[in-house]
Amino acid sequence: MLRQIEGSRAVAESVALCRPEVICAYPITPQTHIVEGLGEMVKSGQLKGCDFINVESEFAALSVAIGSSAAGARSYTATASQGLLYMAEAVYNASGLGLPIVMTIGNRAIGAPINIWNDHSDSMSMRDAGWLQLHAETNQEAADLHIQAFKLAEELSLPVMVCMDGFILTHAYERVDVPTQQQVDAFLPPFAPRQVLDPAAPLSIGAMVGPEAFMEVRYLDHQKQSQALELIPELSREFRDAFGRDSGGLLRGYRATDADTLVVAMGSVNGTIQETVDQLRAEGMKIGSVSLCSYRPFPAEALRRALGCASEIVVVEKCVAVGMGGILSMEIRNALSGLPLTVSTVVAGLGGRAITQKALRAVFQRAQFGQLQPLTFLGLNENVVSRELERQRDRRHSGPPAENILRDLRSPVCP
Amino acid sequence: MPVTELKFYQTGTFTIGNRLLGEEDRAGQSAANRANSLNCGHRACQGCGEALGARYAIDAAIRASKGQLVVANATGCLEVFSTPYPESSWQIAWMHSLFGNAAAVATGIAAAMKVKGRNDVRVLAQGGDGGTTDIGFACLSGMFERNDDVLYVCYDNEGYMNTGVQRSSATPPAARTATTPAMGVEPGNRFGQGKSIPLIAMAHQIPFVATASVANLRDLEDKIERATLMRGARYVHVHVPCPLGWGSEPSDTIKVARLAVETGLFPLFEAEFGALSGHTAIRRRVPVEDYLRLQKRFAHLFRPVVDVARIAHIQAIADHNIERFDLLN
Repeated sequence: MLRQIEGSRAVAESVALCRPEVICAYPITPQTHIVEGLGEMVKSGQLKGCDFINVESEFAALSVAIGSSAAGARSYTATASQGLLYMAEAVYNASGLGLPIVMTIGNRAIGAPINIWNDHSDSMSMRDAGWLQLHAETNQEAADLHIQAFKLAEELSLPVMVCMDGFILTHAYERVDVPTQQQVDAFLPPFAPRQVLDPAAPLSIGAMVGPEAFMEVRYLDHQKQSQALELIPELSREFRDAFGRDSGGLLRGYRATDADTLVVAMGSVNGTIQETVDQLRAEGMKIGSVSLCSYRPFPAEALRRALGCASEIVVVEKCVAVGMGGILSMEIRNALSGLPLTVSTVVAGLGGRAITQKALRAVFQRAQFGQLQPLTFLGLNENVVSRELERQRDRRHSGPPAENILRDLRSPVCP
Repeated sequence: MPVTELKFYQTGTFTIGNRLLGEEDRAGQSAANRANSLNCGHRACQGCGEALGARYAIDAAIRASKGQLVVANATGCLEVFSTPYPESSWQIAWMHSLFGNAAAVATGIAAAMKVKGRNDVRVLAQGGDGGTTDIGFACLSGMFERNDDVLYVCYDNEGYMNTGVQRSSATPPAARTATTPAMGVEPGNRFGQGKSIPLIAMAHQIPFVATASVANLRDLEDKIERATLMRGARYVHVHVPCPLGWGSEPSDTIKVARLAVETGLFPLFEAEFGALSGHTAIRRRVPVEDYLRLQKRFAHLFRPVVDVARIAHIQAIADHNIERFDLLN
């Protein structure tokens, strides 16, 4: 049924329809509304057969989910930012053990400086942790991806992160079609674990593994992610047949087939990019875009097919590998190696900085004429940066940089 | 117990299976049908107190739960020596996740059992003192506070033995470890205020808290059996000597453990809902010196000269315990 609801609420309802049996909750902005919604549904009796546990940290949240999943219960949690880092050890553990936990990430920057707004630094920091990572473009897709995620996770016996942009999606009220219980039940079978802690059939799970087998166990995870490259599009097709709309898949092109310039991005910024593409198309520029939904597994082949015919690739990414540059663009360069095209990195929207059509338009036009630098920080205030660098050159005790920059921004001389 | 003529020293103690006694008076471990949850062939050191404590504790829990037991294990000696892949000494449903999360993993297992309607399955978490008093403390306290249906057993060997004998917050004052070397003005570990997890557990008002020792295995079995059958959060803290880390003879493990009890350094007590409900009286009080002298980790207290002041300080700790828990009565 179509309803005008908050993104977090849509995700909470969608997760509830998947009949989770254990939910662990620890508050962190901006994912909190999701677990609040689920807590309410469990407490009111709307979501039956589910234990909702208020834990003392994110590390405990995922650890509880590890225990409940290993004991055969469909398990869910959600986190963001510092919370994801605090549970990092358990993130690797859940995938290493092959436990099909589903976790929502309300994507948010990582401090210091402390910042609650959206970028992709948090989930990116766990890109090698062995989880599948799916990025939602809209709230509808965020809701739908959770239904696909449980099926995907349980099919492969690997955990899945569904990433949705903090605030931009989690707190936005949009029209979302929340499916019915019958629809979801028909799509998602009950959890049949590959391994389960059962006194009647005792197993040791999590044994010490030495050099003789460790690489094989890791390779198996890599293999399973490769299987996911086929399973994700299959599930997306199956989902379309059952629910009548496109959600998920590895990636989606927008006016991409005949484009000379192609923009690649993950998550909600694709909306802004598509509108900018429309404008530039109207002005005669042959531009299109590709929204990458599956970041892990990384669909190198599909990207090569989707981007290979263009001459200019612009990767707009909400994260930065400090001291190196773009993360997504590095992987895309790798996927496109040997093709006669240029890949430029545009680092944008860090810590929630608005990504405007105007700024994107200027960047895409520069790319069209081959004038875009290999690495651009979109909307960077170079004035305040040079002032701080100057201060650090001049004075030994130049003080805390973030606070200096905030002060400069308020001073009449700058920017 | 019927009057039985005792011919051997061991039959008069609480320490072994008492196979010389009649069936009904024997420890569970000497029964022919004992579970052997932690089977032979594991790689613990000779004289390992933790292996002994864990075998008795888990077999007792298996008996009490009629075999319906799932165990979550913290990283540490116990996990490492029992499960080098692909061999496992565990004959039970057993899981290891991380060093600091055994209590939380057990909470998850208990939650799953609850939603699956498996009320017959009991969940036990276990770890060493490092995984309990230090890195796993937050998860443990969270599990207590929520009163999750988990029995947590800590095997306290007073240090990080698996990584090569480093200090933990359970390491006693003056003890030499790799990170509190026996050198300088005050050799060995500093004299702090201590960190008693049993007392901290009691402050959470959980249904059951107890201490136990491998010197008194009948008592350990009894406490674990009772704790297994209770609901809510329960905690049993077991004192387990480590010949490697303590520098004691492997053949002296039980003796050292008994001296810890009889000096008053490791009091045996139990508590329900935050209030003390019982203790085991010291049968033969001994000075701490008898305990310290058997362990190389305290050798610097006696050589080159006897460190009278610091031995007196340790004696004062023991005396305080005896008074606090009324251990002579």
